[in-house]
Amino acid sequence: MENLIPLDYATLRVIWWALLGALLIGFAVMDGFDAGVAALLPLVGKTDTERRVVINVVGPVWEGNQVWLITAGGAIFAAWPMLYAASFSGFYLAMMLILFALILRPLGFKYRSKFEGTAWRNAWDGVLCFSGVVIALVCGVAMGNVILGVPHGMDPGTLRPVYTGAFYQLFTPFALLAGVLSVALLVMHGAVLLAWRTEDPIAGRARGWARLAALLAVVLFVLGGFWVAYGLNGQVASGYDMGGPSNPLAKTVTLQVGAWMNNFHAWPWMWIAPILGVAGALLVLLAPGAGALSFVASAASIAGVILTSGFALFPFLLPSSSQPAAGLTIWDASSSRMTLWIMLIAVSVFLPVITLYTAWVYRVMRGKVTHESVGGTPNSY
Amino acid sequence: MIDLDVVNLSRLQFAVTVLYHFLFVPLTLGLSFMLAIMESVYVMTGKAIWKRMTMFWGMLFGINFAMGVATGVVMEFQFGMNWSYYSHYVGDIFGAPLALEGLSAFFLEATFVGLFFFGWNRLSKVGHLTVTWLTALGTNLSALWILIANGWMQNPVGAVFNPDTMRMEMTDFAAVVFNPVAQAKFVHTVSAGYVLGAMFVMSISAWYVLKGRHIEMAKRSMAVAASFGLAAALSVVVLGDESGYLTGEHQQMKIAAMESMWETEPAPASFNLLAWPDQAEHKNDFSVRIPYVMGLIGTRSITQPLLGINDLVKRAEVRIRSGVAAYEELQRIRANPKDEDARKAFAGNWRDLGYGLLVKRYQPDLSKVTEAQITQAAWDTVPTVTPIFILFRVMVGVGMYLILFFATAFWFASKDKLSHSPRLLKIALWSLPLPWIAIESGWFVAESGRQPWVIEGVLPTYYAASGLSLLDVAMTLSIFVALYTVLFIVGVKVMLHAIQAGPKDDSRPAPAGQGIGSVRAALDA
Repeated sequence: MENLIPLDYATLRVIWWALLGALLIGFAVMDGFDAGVAALLPLVGKTDTERRVVINVVGPVWEGNQVWLITAGGAIFAAWPMLYAASFSGFYLAMMLILFALILRPLGFKYRSKFEGTAWRNAWDGVLCFSGVVIALVCGVAMGNVILGVPHGMDPGTLRPVYTGAFYQLFTPFALLAGVLSVALLVMHGAVLLAWRTEDPIAGRARGWARLAALLAVVLFVLGGFWVAYGLNGQVASGYDMGGPSNPLAKTVTLQVGAWMNNFHAWPWMWIAPILGVAGALLVLLAPGAGALSFVASAASIAGVILTSGFALFPFLLPSSSQPAAGLTIWDASSSRMTLWIMLIAVSVFLPVITLYTAWVYRVMRGKVTHESVGGTPNSY
Repeated sequence: MIDLDVVNLSRLQFAVTVLYHFLFVPLTLGLSFMLAIMESVYVMTGKAIWKRMTMFWGMLFGINFAMGVATGVVMEFQFGMNWSYYSHYVGDIFGAPLALEGLSAFFLEATFVGLFFFGWNRLSKVGHLTVTWLTALGTNLSALWILIANGWMQNPVGAVFNPDTMRMEMTDFAAVVFNPVAQAKFVHTVSAGYVLGAMFVMSISAWYVLKGRHIEMAKRSMAVAASFGLAAALSVVVLGDESGYLTGEHQQMKIAAMESMWETEPAPASFNLLAWPDQAEHKNDFSVRIPYVMGLIGTRSITQPLLGINDLVKRAEVRIRSGVAAYEELQRIRANPKDEDARKAFAGNWRDLGYGLLVKRYQPDLSKVTEAQITQAAWDTVPTVTPIFILFRVMVGVGMYLILFFATAFWFASKDKLSHSPRLLKIALWSLPLPWIAIESGWFVAESGRQPWVIEGVLPTYYAASGLSLLDVAMTLSIFVALYTVLFIVGVKVMLHAIQAGPKDDSRPAPAGQGIGSVRAALDA
């Protein structure tokens, strides 16, 4: 069977590294505006009617958006099982926090308007805001910790992942910066969508929040960039076999301040990513109310920031601070060549189909959401 | 090295979260198809009442669906969080159906479900009907992939252990997808979901008729539920038998535990209708037996014997000895990857490696294993018999009852007498919890009967857990229990409120500004 696979192992690993990025960007862009809208709910909606309008902007699509996370999770499980094992168990309580928010959010959308009472609705509005902020913050803090390296080790006899850190240790200054950056990006994203899909006064408030969040995002992203270049240890892996069996302990790793910049020096085209990250947010800052254009700019900014992290870390997926040689790279943490190939076929078939029907659903649901449209739509929240 | 308290708490957490999640999923499976059927009738006949039915049951479907989505993501994450060595050890195979579930099924279901709710005024009749069918299709495909993943845990085909990566790796994807255990489980499980959906519609409709409300809609709903329910209830049992048969082939220990069958019986084995299992003494204190039946269910023959627990344990001992040897060879390969002799020997007995890991629990250094430890580990291959024995009978008993119930309901419905027989309506109302009881019992039998394995014969459960602290797991378990209790109360409250309000076809005024109210506005328009 294996000699029928037309791509070699190393190529498949690089493709799956790109697909991992694509799925994470898909999640951040699609589910990200749900989180941003939820976080902004009490801020941009002053009356109950306004809040219903805000919720109904994402009402028809949040279910589909959430699947990006589930699919990204499944794809990491299938293509990068060691990354899945080490990160999900290592970030145990942080993951629990995300789950907590993800459990409450669908119920907030669905149940909030089922009863008239103010207390009931206000409570769910608070829950939705909390869920939006928590999802954004924890994802950002986790990413910050990945850049810092996590206390992940591996038992050489069994390749069992061993995590030696504690929950509170995740909240270092750099990780918090990454967390706030993530909140700023998703709030910007949600605000731009609201500015596009609603009318004043909600749209006006949303433009204000979009500007503020975009400014914060640019400042934090640039600050974070300097921090990574001059203040943080990056890692350099050597002695690995790009097409060898997935055994993280077979390589050597050295630590060096600014090493996360090496890829940008070696491949200058990678500068596209941070430029996109800054330029997208700047465009939102200048024109938060330009409808689809602002939304695309905001999405591009998010994609640029995620790509910047991915490019900086390459080939690392999960660098280790406690046992650097046990850090996971794309060359030693993937699933087998057979599984990568089968999953590549699956993604190549389904991702375009998903894109097509998702686009169709958005087309059907296009147009501004207003008080009148909410009243006239069956099942609106 | 491995904290068994952490393992047990992680197991408890998984059981709590999956049993909870599984209160909502089967209802989604059943209702999605019933909605598609009702809407098809609407599109074919053009009668508005069928649209109102679809919208009303669709709204209840939505309340349930939200709980399913909310609790579903927990299941996937927990593999990485609490079972990280499992994720490493079998992710190469097990991850694939999970990823495919997202790509091919859940995206479909979740993208179109939004349009199902919000698209009534934006799509043509046929367009909306297509959306409803696609939602139902996605829901059921989703179950297919999840059961392919679960089927592989019961019958791990198409994979081989790789000593260089210390994990199982896929060799034959088609074997994983077309795993006969997975296929049987799929049909059995979705049919159970259809039965639950039918019972749900039946009970609530019966309540309306008993209250004298929404009679026209309730009658039609009951007619759909009775026929759909009867077909599904028959399918659960016929295809449940199919999964019993397969269990016999692949998981003889599970079927022996379901039967509390300690000794191998000459073919064809008899069926223990009642028994009091005594796990410590490896026998039943008393039993009521029906000759021949078990042999027929388990092997589909009258000549093939079924092995009892005591003989299966002896067989496990042999495999443990071989597994200890496999483990020693693996250590030699790890120390010197070029040791061809060790590789050759390992290729012959890697299938028993999991059995070696069973005894590692008692002696971390497998070169020092004693006979007593091997016996102890061999007895570990017997799951706790009593609850499996009892819950299997609960499941089967409820299944039989539901066939009887739906057959009666179908008979009455076809004579148009269903809404005039208050006794049957009351029975319908009070039977509502039964499918849930059967479904949850079925989960327990299937998964508890798999113990001590998380992957049958390959990976012991205790060996698969993450190295978390007891405090961490205790904290998350407490949070889940507290959160799920609150959400259960909230969900039931919302559901009861919606049922109480009913479809908007009577004089009761709709509360302004609510979803239900706007449904009515849309219909009146």
